[in-house]
Amino acid sequence: MENIQLQVSGLIKRFGTETVLNGIDLSVRKGEVVVVLGPSGCGKSTLLRCMNGLEPKSAGTILLDGEEVTSDSKKIAQLRQKIGMVFQSYDLFPHKNIMDNITLAPVKVQKRSKKEVEQDAERLLKRVGLWEKRKAYPRELSGGQKQRVAIIRALCMNPEVMLFDEVTAALDPEMVREVLDVILELAESGMTMVIVTHEMQFARAIADRIIFLDNGKIVENSPPELFFTNPQTQRAKDFLQTFAYEKRRTAIN
Amino acid sequence: MNLNFDFMQKYLPWYLEAAVLTVKIAFFGILLSLLVGVVCSVVQYYRIPVIRRIISVYIEISRNTPLLVQLFFLYFGLPKIGIVWSAEVCAIVGLAFLGGSYMSESIRSGLESVEKSQIESAASLGMSKLLTMKEVIFPQALAVSVPGVCANVIFLITETSVVSGIALADLMYVTKDLIGLYYVTDEALIMLVVFYLIILLPISIIASFIERRLRYAGFGN
Amino acid sequence: MQDSGISVLFMGSNFLRLLEGLWVTLRISLIAVILSIPLGILFGMFMTLKNPISKAVSRVYLEFIRIMPQLVLLFIAYFGVTRAFGWNLSADASAIIVFVLWGTAEMGDLVRGALISIPKHQYDSASALGMTKIQTFIYVVVPQTMRRLIPLTINLTTRMIKTTSLVVLIGMTEVLKVGKQIIDANRFEYPTAALWIYGVIFLLYFLACWPISILAKKLEKRWR
Repeated sequence: MENIQLQVSGLIKRFGTETVLNGIDLSVRKGEVVVVLGPSGCGKSTLLRCMNGLEPKSAGTILLDGEEVTSDSKKIAQLRQKIGMVFQSYDLFPHKNIMDNITLAPVKVQKRSKKEVEQDAERLLKRVGLWEKRKAYPRELSGGQKQRVAIIRALCMNPEVMLFDEVTAALDPEMVREVLDVILELAESGMTMVIVTHEMQFARAIADRIIFLDNGKIVENSPPELFFTNPQTQRAKDFLQTFAYEKRRTAIN
Repeated sequence: MNLNFDFMQKYLPWYLEAAVLTVKIAFFGILLSLLVGVVCSVVQYYRIPVIRRIISVYIEISRNTPLLVQLFFLYFGLPKIGIVWSAEVCAIVGLAFLGGSYMSESIRSGLESVEKSQIESAASLGMSKLLTMKEVIFPQALAVSVPGVCANVIFLITETSVVSGIALADLMYVTKDLIGLYYVTDEALIMLVVFYLIILLPISIIASFIERRLRYAGFGN
Repeated sequence: MQDSGISVLFMGSNFLRLLEGLWVTLRISLIAVILSIPLGILFGMFMTLKNPISKAVSRVYLEFIRIMPQLVLLFIAYFGVTRAFGWNLSADASAIIVFVLWGTAEMGDLVRGALISIPKHQYDSASALGMTKIQTFIYVVVPQTMRRLIPLTINLTTRMIKTTSLVVLIGMTEVLKVGKQIIDANRFEYPTAALWIYGVIFLLYFLACWPISILAKKLEKRWR
């Protein structure tokens, strides 16, 4: 196919004797938003971590723009500049203020001028409403604010693909929205993204395609409308069922 | 207690000279300890094979033998196989041999306190190992290591008192000399204590100040 | 000639004499540790009192003992106290006094640390269960502090052993002094004896301290 940006084929990942990913084949087109769903422990996060070489894979290949992603390669640092990743735990650098958190890697890794990066940062910070916080330290920010900064920090590397690993899982419920809005906006701008999330509404709204993982395998690979209204497998049905609540008590009359 | 102030005044220069020696040995010894400590802790942190084993043997030996015995071996023993160092060099090397392991443990506990996710997020930004160490791990480790390092500095300064055992004219040596020569015990001991306080108190106060600052500055996440 | 130095060790009773010399310092450290433990526990509890005077006193005591090189304390006890009070303290007795004073301070600080490390909610939940203060202390505080304290106390023992090597500097005949005597006696036949004797003393100290450190480390890991 044309315009394949990220190509995963035959990916296997074992931890000791346990097989976490068991032959994953997946291709992501340029500008496509793929949401990975699945019960906890199904290997969603591991899949993302393999995609940017944080976990060495046991077998298979992952190609980004035709270049192999291997965790032991010296070129991985080079390659990672093209893949931005945002984690559940934000992981801002606590000893640097917001602006320095954002500019550190572009300046030190990509050797871009500090001025230029700061202009990028300014534009992005203003867009998410955090420009006033540029001199603050991470500890002074709320979880939602920290997560938005973490997204900007990854964006300032000008990545071609963004990976989101349960970025709202650690947030208080009222802060989830502000983070997801940023990601939605990013999707509109045409960024290629792979997203692991537990927010079903969000998944349905943002995804071009839903990947349903179970026991280390892709069980469903379908457009969101189809997946949410008419899942093809029993396992996906069961999974979706866990998010629905039925009224158990009949009204007292 | 009737103190002989004339005596104290007369021998003040002796003490000053001895204090300079104590400070000099402590300064170079501690500097070397820090160097040894950084190297050892980094090797252990990255689990570099073989060298890491050698270093843990060194740390066990260094932590489980007294400095005085280390110095006797360096000063009296080693010359027999042709390694002849002056007493001063022995004292500095001995102090570094002892202090290196203490520093290493303090620095390592700092390095290991930095969460793995910090390193991963640095990696995902394309940062190299070296850059990650310099920009992400080390600055955060410092906040955790510094109190231990400060305690080690004070410990190592007090440990310099044993260099009198290999005939270096430090504060202890001068005191013992004066007691032996003139039997002016009280005066000699008071000057000894005062000199050690002059050296150690400011450092101890600075150390606890730094510690408090670090605690309040606590980065959090 | 090269390997002749080592034979000094096995001549006559030389090795035995070294061991006896080591025992001199080991004995002092054992006595000091055994006395320091109960005194340190008392001192540690004393330090947790909220009274400002007791706080100030214990603080000054702890800081002074800590900041002064132990050798200075030894000198004060051996040369100073002897004259000031007209007591005739032997080197042995002054060493024990100094190391008990030092051990009590260190032990006290460990006890204090362990006591204040118990989170307040432990006390709260104990009283919520209807326990009295004494019951809380016996069933909640003591077991938890013990787990923390025992490895640290064992560690204190190795520190004590290392520190007692200083007594040679106030003229006691211990392992370093015995070593020197042996070296001097064989100065002409075995000029390399110093290397071997001091090397062996080094090793002896290591063998005395290392197993104790390992034990402390093991317990610390298991009880964390």
